[in-house]
Amino acid sequence: MSRLSLSRIAAVMVKEFTQLRRDRITYAMILVMPLVQLLLFGYAINTDPRHLPAAVVSYDHSNIANDLVATLQNSSYVDVTHQPNSEAEMDRLMRRGSISLALTIPPDFTHHLLKGERAQILAEVDASDPVAAGGVSAAVAALPAQALKHDLLGPAARQGGKPPFEVVIHRLYNPEGINAYNIVPGLLAIILSMTLVMMTAMAVTREVERGTMESLLATPATPFEVMIGKLLPYIAVGIVQTTVVLTLARLLFAVPMAQTAAGWLALASGIVLFITCNLSLGYLISTLVRSQLQAMQVSVFYIMPSLFLSGFMFPFLGLPGWARAIGEVLPVTHFLRIIRGALLKGQVLADMSPDILALAAFLLVVATVTVARSRTTLD
Amino acid sequence: MTNAIDVRGLNKSFGDKHVVRDVSIQVGEGRITGFLGPNGAGKTTTLRLLCGLLTPDSGEGEVLGLDFRTQTAAIKRQTGYMTQSFSLYQDMTIEENLTFIARVYGLENRQQVVNQALDELGLQDRRGQLAGALSGGWKQRLALAAATLHGPRLLLLDEPTAGVDPQARREFWDEIHALADRGLTVLVSTHYMDEAERCHDIGYILNGRLIARGTAEEIIARSGLVTFNGEGPDVGKISHALEAQPGVLGASAFGTAVHVSGTDKSALEQAIAPWRKAPYEWEQVEPSLEDVFIQLMADQVDDRYAS
Ligand SMILES: Nc1ncnc2c1ncn2[C@@H]1O[C@H](COP(=O)(O)OP(=O)(O)O)[C@@H](O)[C@H]1O
Ligand SMILES: [Mg+2]
Repeated sequence: MSRLSLSRIAAVMVKEFTQLRRDRITYAMILVMPLVQLLLFGYAINTDPRHLPAAVVSYDHSNIANDLVATLQNSSYVDVTHQPNSEAEMDRLMRRGSISLALTIPPDFTHHLLKGERAQILAEVDASDPVAAGGVSAAVAALPAQALKHDLLGPAARQGGKPPFEVVIHRLYNPEGINAYNIVPGLLAIILSMTLVMMTAMAVTREVERGTMESLLATPATPFEVMIGKLLPYIAVGIVQTTVVLTLARLLFAVPMAQTAAGWLALASGIVLFITCNLSLGYLISTLVRSQLQAMQVSVFYIMPSLFLSGFMFPFLGLPGWARAIGEVLPVTHFLRIIRGALLKGQVLADMSPDILALAAFLLVVATVTVARSRTTLD
Repeated sequence: MTNAIDVRGLNKSFGDKHVVRDVSIQVGEGRITGFLGPNGAGKTTTLRLLCGLLTPDSGEGEVLGLDFRTQTAAIKRQTGYMTQSFSLYQDMTIEENLTFIARVYGLENRQQVVNQALDELGLQDRRGQLAGALSGGWKQRLALAAATLHGPRLLLLDEPTAGVDPQARREFWDEIHALADRGLTVLVSTHYMDEAERCHDIGYILNGRLIARGTAEEIIARSGLVTFNGEGPDVGKISHALEAQPGVLGASAFGTAVHVSGTDKSALEQAIAPWRKAPYEWEQVEPSLEDVFIQLMADQVDDRYAS
């Protein structure tokens, strides 16, 4: 055995640096990615979500009721963003996931309150995400103690320490606050994204790297035919993955499934659309990168925001506005709403149309760019 | 005789690198044309331009009677292209590769076509073997079978025998002749001189320019070259010394012989004078293709390094 040679180590080391420098994308990934991630996620991530949107329907137009809404507004946990005209409208907002809290103040609220009778308001909380629901529930539960301190004189104020009114809290969609109900469907979104984007990202790159692209291009097969032919098997792969994950979700975690045929139809449409979105995105990546390694790196780079800014790890409505704006562009964000809607909220296609449309738009844009970028020649 | 390939004024640049310069080439139907030139001369690029894999910067003409710039899809259907490096799927079996080709070209009676190809290759009993596991010679034969599976009228072969042993090379050329006998037009790039002699005619490309075209005899006759052959010891040193002499365009050693060429016979005789004594024996010989190409390269040498 020869002795350890520092100059040989140095030779290999210098060679590695030289090669690293040549590989621009890797270089960028190593230097830029941590920065982007640090800034992006450092500011966006908030494990104690605040300023969640709330809607109030008040049938009581007294000053007291108005003050109650103002107190709620002052809480840092919720922002009253909607004042719909009817409860039906508010239900729709709740089902779509646009609000985390729906507060109803009944017409006789002030009347009961002033007479010292049992006054109640109804707070419906979206509990599909237990983390987000926790803060909201606490905020509304604290209302009776905080609100109306200045308004109440006479009988209502003389109740001797007892809160002047009662908040009835309904926890919707996941009343027991079981985390798995929220996380497991979300995992399906992440699993599909990770595997499908990465696999197709390598599909074209592999042909280029192995030199088989040249032969393929010399055949009469058009780029569009090649793309469709390459993607179809992965749609099948995605469907198999989905079936396995949903079956396990049901068997191991007792996650609720869609209840009706319409629910299943909505779920199936969302799944196929989402799978196709991921596949086209992967294909687009494969037309941009030069090696399979780069394809892998770009895929990972894409997955990060899908984890953090989509509502998978942290409640979407608790993210800052700019982070939500980024999240709205990601297919995972929309798919999370679709699958949680179908499994936990009994949604049908009509309820999830904004998200279905968003996915369709994403698919259209990505597929168009991909076809435009696909190579008919080696130029 | 009609031309399978008839293109004029072909140009192609990559960035500011002018790789194919004003190439005009005609290839008669059923002819085997050898495309010669050193590495980087532009052979592969020219072949790719002809089969629509690259878009030319300028140039016009027909391939198989079709506009080679616009009717690439139709040309592709009737052309077989064998790439310089093995480009079948190494992780698929021989049969799977052939079946894939048959499908992509939409061949009817696919099974029969593939079976026949396997029979002709003599690979019937190894049909289930991975293409990547084949030896170099077999890979080339398989690639040729794949390139001809759809019955093309034109065959473009890019250095098909590079790195293949002499026996396999000979068989490969027998096969190419058999295909040409059936009417196929073949344009084959190579840098083996002995293979040039197995072509009906030759094109020599250097630094992107097609600088010689015709049969081997025509090219040799046109060169106006005079060649002396000297035998004796230390021919390597002598060839070096000769190269520096005025009037010598090329000198190279082959075993115990040295070939010296130039266009001026008296200058050449003056150059070899110091060695024209025992134990050396000199005689004027017919120049070989290789001598001609060495001269052509010498002529172009400045241009070649200029760009
Ligand atoms: N895609 C490309 N991009 C840039 N330069 C290229 C490309 N393809 C070939 N070249 C350059 O063009 C020249 C001719 O290459 P090529 O046609 O492959 O030569 P040959 O096949 O005769 O060896 C070489 O200098 C090569 O580096
Ligand atoms: Mg080449």
